[in-house]
Amino acid sequence: MDSIKTKSILLAGVGGQGILRASDIMCEALMEAGFDVKKSEVHGMAQRGGCVTSHVRFGRKVYSPLAKLESVDILISFEKMEALRYLNYLNNDASIIINSEKIYPPAVNMGDLPYPEDIIKFLKERYKSIKEINAVELAQKAGNIKAANVVLLGAVSNLMEINSTIWEKIIKKSFPEKLIKMNLAAFQMGISA
Amino acid sequence: MKVLMSGNEAIARGVFEAGVRFAAAYPGTPSTEILEEFSKYEGVYAEWSPNEKVAVEVAIGAALAGEKALAVMKHVGVNVAADPIFTVSYTGTNGALVIVSADDPSLHSSQNEQDNRNYAKFAKIPMLEPADAQEAKEFVKLAFTISEKFDTPVFLRSTTRVSHSKSLVTLEEPSAHQDKTAITYKPEKFVMVPAMARLRRIEVEKRLVKLKEFTETFSENKMEINDPDVGIITAGMPYNYAKDVFPNYSYLKLGMVYPLPEKLIREFASKVKKIFVVEELDPFLEEQIKAMGIKVTGKEIFPYTNEFDPGIIENAINKSAKTLTVPVQAIPSRPPNLCPGCPHRGLFYILGKLKVFVTGDIGCYTLSFMKPLQGLHSCICMGASIGMAHGMSKALKEKGKGKIVGVIGDSTFIHSGITPLLNMAYNKSNALIIICDNSTTAMTGMQEHPATGYTLLGEKTKQLDLKVLVSALGIENIKIIDPYDLKETRNAIKEELAKEGASVIISQRPCVLFKRAKLKTAKSLKVDPDKCTGCKVCLGLGCPPIYWQKIEKNEGSKREGISVIDENLCTGCGLCRQICKFEAIS
Repeated sequence: MDSIKTKSILLAGVGGQGILRASDIMCEALMEAGFDVKKSEVHGMAQRGGCVTSHVRFGRKVYSPLAKLESVDILISFEKMEALRYLNYLNNDASIIINSEKIYPPAVNMGDLPYPEDIIKFLKERYKSIKEINAVELAQKAGNIKAANVVLLGAVSNLMEINSTIWEKIIKKSFPEKLIKMNLAAFQMGISA
Repeated sequence: MKVLMSGNEAIARGVFEAGVRFAAAYPGTPSTEILEEFSKYEGVYAEWSPNEKVAVEVAIGAALAGEKALAVMKHVGVNVAADPIFTVSYTGTNGALVIVSADDPSLHSSQNEQDNRNYAKFAKIPMLEPADAQEAKEFVKLAFTISEKFDTPVFLRSTTRVSHSKSLVTLEEPSAHQDKTAITYKPEKFVMVPAMARLRRIEVEKRLVKLKEFTETFSENKMEINDPDVGIITAGMPYNYAKDVFPNYSYLKLGMVYPLPEKLIREFASKVKKIFVVEELDPFLEEQIKAMGIKVTGKEIFPYTNEFDPGIIENAINKSAKTLTVPVQAIPSRPPNLCPGCPHRGLFYILGKLKVFVTGDIGCYTLSFMKPLQGLHSCICMGASIGMAHGMSKALKEKGKGKIVGVIGDSTFIHSGITPLLNMAYNKSNALIIICDNSTTAMTGMQEHPATGYTLLGEKTKQLDLKVLVSALGIENIKIIDPYDLKETRNAIKEELAKEGASVIISQRPCVLFKRAKLKTAKSLKVDPDKCTGCKVCLGLGCPPIYWQKIEKNEGSKREGISVIDENLCTGCGLCRQICKFEAIS
């Protein structure tokens, strides 16, 4: 990635998926790598199952913590259909990393509306770089489904020029001792997914 | 050392670095983390007060005793605290007093979008507005300096985007606390009876003149002359948005948004050809600058509502109403919902079925206005449910008998429900009030309050007994129920609605997310696919784990689908089991 122009990454999903923790780790890694970095999210009602987004912006000097429409370089969708909600934020060359986990919103639970079909096909027709990952399954292999967010971080690390020793250092700093090994494994699973 | 901090963490850090060790607040998004973070620093006194008015009065008391004190609240909290704020502007602060107002443009988590810069002008109190976390830390320190220097309370205004964005902050060595406390008697300054308030009133105007002079050379009102054709006057987060898309324009970035530096603004106006005033919500700067006779463009092109982003500013200035190349996809919305196992769900399921009018209040339970529960029918502000239930029931007379219920959470009841409940007993009300007692302030993230028995600093304390309090207010009909028991809940509500006079039901069960409550973990439930008739009654709970699954139609069966429970999400609360007539859930 060109490090002079400010870049934007959008993390999106559902409250409880570890999105804010993931974007915190990403920002710490970017800071360690020498970038100016800002991130923004709205919490408050997030733990009540609503949509959660986190904007991460980095470069030589970052002003706005919010990305404007049609400017985001990478979208990480922690839930499958949530990717569709934010396409208006992506630039034409954007890469998308998408978790295959589906979390039904109330109207789908009630049987009033169907869960959107053919999401990957729709995205592939419009964007060059789409990567679908079963982060929950990979996290389970690493030792705990809760590490799905770190699996997704591993996947996005392939698109970011940050040294792997930096990621490792920040992950070690971000979790209690007994969870470090498992999270490092989850991160590796994301890299090779 | 540089660290990544949110605006709220940075405010707490700045207060500590300033040597301040005294703070009071009531939690409210987006302000809550400020006091939570401050309370973690060594040697501080920090408290959750029952409401914002009390928090400000506590801070005024500390300031009067010579301390430097902080009071923190969300924008609507300033309404609650407005009474003491307007008069402490007259008395001055002796020690120092800074009031943080965290505004919420776009109403991410609020009932209105008021622009609290207006309070600064209204109460004649200076206001600083930081644009990011680094400034948040610096500005709160400057706010204390200004408070001390001019003997005035000072507002620090944040917004959701400043409070909840993270950016790099350089930490500095915290100043040590200096104990300047003493009891001093100055009735002419602290007793605001008319004769003395009239004299203090004059001092307020003199102080404003001095502050206007001060802000002309205030280090945080910054002029950047680049392109002489276009200048932008702005403050706070919108500066970053504008700078992001127009890095080469000239800027006057105001760190102090009240009072304004008139000479500096005139100087800026003389150096650029065209001026835009970029501010979210009200034309607060714009109107004052226009009143100076300076030609600027503001709300003619920028929206009055919602927070900005770089794109909004770019499109407004470039006059480009761009149509997006990728249209927004029509996908099911994902509103916030009560958690699986939430104790409010059972109560509001019953209220929705009883066809009563439920005056609601501020808390997680407000979400139950939505489908399918639809168990709440109004929401105005903290504490409004009780006064409104009483007013409705008085106005409706016989028509309203047995039909008006007010609901309020435990923390909200303590915040501002006690006085209106006293009024119900005093003025012979007929309504029923239900206190949804989940043993915590859940909506803002589990803060302590007087009925939890713990303080913000984690000490055990006297625990308010809600039943004894309600009884002392003069309410004779009081019942305590468990909202996990639907039959008991329904019967209690029906019985109390049938009674003459005011009644209170305390619906008691701790929040499922509350860690201190020793919650028994029940086994998750399953739907027996053979017994489920597909009647969808359980879906009426709006419980996240329960979902509808279409099935192939069998001969002789009308079933089009069945309910399924996601066992990873189910807490086993048993509400669905209680309402399933076919015993399909176990």
